Amino acid sequence: MTTLLSLKGLTKAYPGVVANNNVSFDIDEGQIHALLGENGAGKSTLVKMIYGLVRPDSGQMTLAGQPYQPHEPREARAAGVAMVFQHFSLFDALTVAENITLGMENAPPRRELSQRIRDVSTAYELPLDPDAIIGDLSVGERQRVEIIRCLLQEPKLLIMDEPTSVLTPQEVEVLFKTLNRLAGEGTAILYISHKLEEIRTLCHHATILRQGEVVGETDPTRSTARELAEMMVGEALSSPTRKNTRPGKVALEIRGLSARSGNPFGTDLDEIDLDVREGEVMGIGGVAGNGQDEFMLALSGEAPVARAMVRVDGVDVGDLTPNERREIGLLTAPEERLGHAAAPNMTLFENALMTGNVRRNLSRHGFIRWKAAMAFADEIVHAFDVRTPSVRNTAKSLSGGNLQKFVIGREVLQTPRVLVVNQPTWGVDAAAAAAIRQALMDLAEAGAAVVIISQDLDELLEVSDRLAILHAGRLSQPRATDELTMEEIGLMMGGMEAQHVSA
Amino acid sequence: MFRLEARPQPSRFWIAVTPILAVIATMIAGGLMFAVLGKDPLASIRMIFWDPLMGEYAFYYRGQLLTKAGPLILIAIGLSIGFRAGIWNIGAEGQYIIGAICGAGVALAAYPVQAWYIFPLMVLAGGLGGWAWGMIPAILRNRFGTNEILVSLMLVYVAQHLLSSMALGLMRNPEGMGFPGSRNLQQYPSAANPELIAGTGIHWGVVAAFLSVIVAYVFMSRHMTGFQIRLMGESPRAATFAGVIPKRVVTFTLGLSGALAGLAGLFEVSGPAGQITIDFASGYGFTAIIVAFLGRLHPIGIMLGGLLMALTYVGGNLVQQQAGLPAAAIQAFQGMLLFFLLAFDLLSAYRVRLVKREHR
Repeated sequence: MTTLLSLKGLTKAYPGVVANNNVSFDIDEGQIHALLGENGAGKSTLVKMIYGLVRPDSGQMTLAGQPYQPHEPREARAAGVAMVFQHFSLFDALTVAENITLGMENAPPRRELSQRIRDVSTAYELPLDPDAIIGDLSVGERQRVEIIRCLLQEPKLLIMDEPTSVLTPQEVEVLFKTLNRLAGEGTAILYISHKLEEIRTLCHHATILRQGEVVGETDPTRSTARELAEMMVGEALSSPTRKNTRPGKVALEIRGLSARSGNPFGTDLDEIDLDVREGEVMGIGGVAGNGQDEFMLALSGEAPVARAMVRVDGVDVGDLTPNERREIGLLTAPEERLGHAAAPNMTLFENALMTGNVRRNLSRHGFIRWKAAMAFADEIVHAFDVRTPSVRNTAKSLSGGNLQKFVIGREVLQTPRVLVVNQPTWGVDAAAAAAIRQALMDLAEAGAAVVIISQDLDELLEVSDRLAILHAGRLSQPRATDELTMEEIGLMMGGMEAQHVSA
Repeated sequence: MFRLEARPQPSRFWIAVTPILAVIATMIAGGLMFAVLGKDPLASIRMIFWDPLMGEYAFYYRGQLLTKAGPLILIAIGLSIGFRAGIWNIGAEGQYIIGAICGAGVALAAYPVQAWYIFPLMVLAGGLGGWAWGMIPAILRNRFGTNEILVSLMLVYVAQHLLSSMALGLMRNPEGMGFPGSRNLQQYPSAANPELIAGTGIHWGVVAAFLSVIVAYVFMSRHMTGFQIRLMGESPRAATFAGVIPKRVVTFTLGLSGALAGLAGLFEVSGPAGQITIDFASGYGFTAIIVAFLGRLHPIGIMLGGLLMALTYVGGNLVQQQAGLPAAAIQAFQGMLLFFLLAFDLLSAYRVRLVKREHR
């Protein structure tokens, strides 16, 4: 096969960190090439250089034999490089065709464009109505819009950044079919992911980055997921462990929880029932945007609901404020670290005070005991191995994984009766993710009820005792995790009750 | 070519140094402006910054300094607490006027009774009046989601018209031979707010201003409510998650800043101004916004900022009288101070790097 894109000695340094150091590798035509690495390994910087968003400090690229130095994404697109970002840039209130027009330099007339969208979508079996409003589409369909937007340019190289993090297993299958077909037609695909099983089934070749350097190239079909992970992390990994404990009495009861979403494109919660027992880890799966945020806000107390809808240890808490719930022992950790779980410009000890005040007695008669708050922050930093020079550093100066350890640690160390976490390891490196999962399992073992909302099915299968799926604001019957198959889970995520399938 | 790079943490050094840089830059740019106006720049700058403190007649101007700084500091302290929460009360001028009207109203209603309780009642009325005026934007925002910036600003104009009406109508001095304006409270001992130590310019308003600095410092750095206010300004969603109830913060900060502005108005009308007149409002409420930012919304900084701003007022008057500079030039000079301060603010959050121009 002929080489399409060749990278030679690419280096890019930011103040205090070398994001990419002397990175060289080739991508062949028609190859699905995986770029593997932990968060902070330099994957996104590298991709940004290829897509013209960042200029390398040194090194060269050649595309189809020609020197290639894009100054901006427009040049990259003109040269035949397209990219689907992890976070979509679509306007909810506009139609598919309107959104696609916005991204084009010389947009054809609307009717012609709609026809081309239909052509591409039938050719690649990606059904999509050009006149549909984005706000009404599922996440998988939105991703289709982004992919079709790229395919309309007939790219030679398609870059995909963590494309499956928001998809159901069935949607992943459809996506893989499309990608294989594209590769078959000669398009090269640079596929960024940290999901190793996927890479093993899809990709022809993998380049592994660690701390900005290429540490290995391998054929992923011939390596085990564990080998790939250890190359990525550079050390042997341990899976989280837990002694099998019998669940105790019910700690969290949710009865008929319905709530309107505060967001016009959000999802209303519809009659959710759930019991979680002491010592149990309850997993809540589902594709993002199916009511996870609303569910979380109803439990944290940021969006109070009717009094009897949520009970903790037999006490009705549905209409209580966040701090009243903390007093009773219902703690939460939201998904978004910066700006929701933590205040970016405040120090770690101020962030410790933020939720720790009630249960850790960090104030007396309204006056803050700063020494106690600092001691609490120190305790979190030590117990959870948060890498920071001092608790006086701001939350935003920490890396994602370290801040997430801090946020989870802050709640775990308050010895909750019930802890609800949303996406606890999203965007966190493998070592930190393992530490967080272990901490959550330890907490359950100590007798707390733990609820983990996540889109990472592998994570849920690994840590939870029972699993339920949130779909369109409704929660499926929870099922014991070890009796579920991937296929059943996929159907539950698509909105079908697993009972119908297994019956 | 210069390039800005975000600092991971704001630099403490630059936070402390930028106000000084801003003052120096204002002196240079202001000096240029004075030169263009045909005045000796060095002499003018000296007259503004030096003469009121150390010049021949400094004994007179030093007193004025505290008299001017008092209301600026008192109002700015109140505003800064709201600004920290991201709640923008820019109608302090109106709250100041209403405080003065309410306080003076108590005195004029009691006249000519002499009793010890009249002045405390006036203080109460002044504070309540400002508080009530501040509650209007608060209630409208909480109920209907209106923008407190617009509402509080518009209420300044309402207050100004109310002031004219009072000076010409209800509160006009019946023995004033038909001239607009109320009785002079300085000549009514039970209602007067006199200079407490002769020659210093210190009256009860100045005392209240310095007290407010101390209380605000302790409140914002040690009290849970102060922490929640800062949290809301930093990150509203994190604040809600931490249990802060935004509507309560809106009510509290707008009420508090209104009350402090009202008190400043009361102390002014019963002291240095003496009476309700059409031109009683002198812009303290607006200048206090500059003072709050000059002091970086920090109580100690506001105290220093208020003193500096008072100096430009007193010195500005001096230079107007002695060098014949127009009043507008002095206002432009004060504006430059805020401009440079905000511009140099960049240095605390970013570092400036010199880079070679990239070839395209």
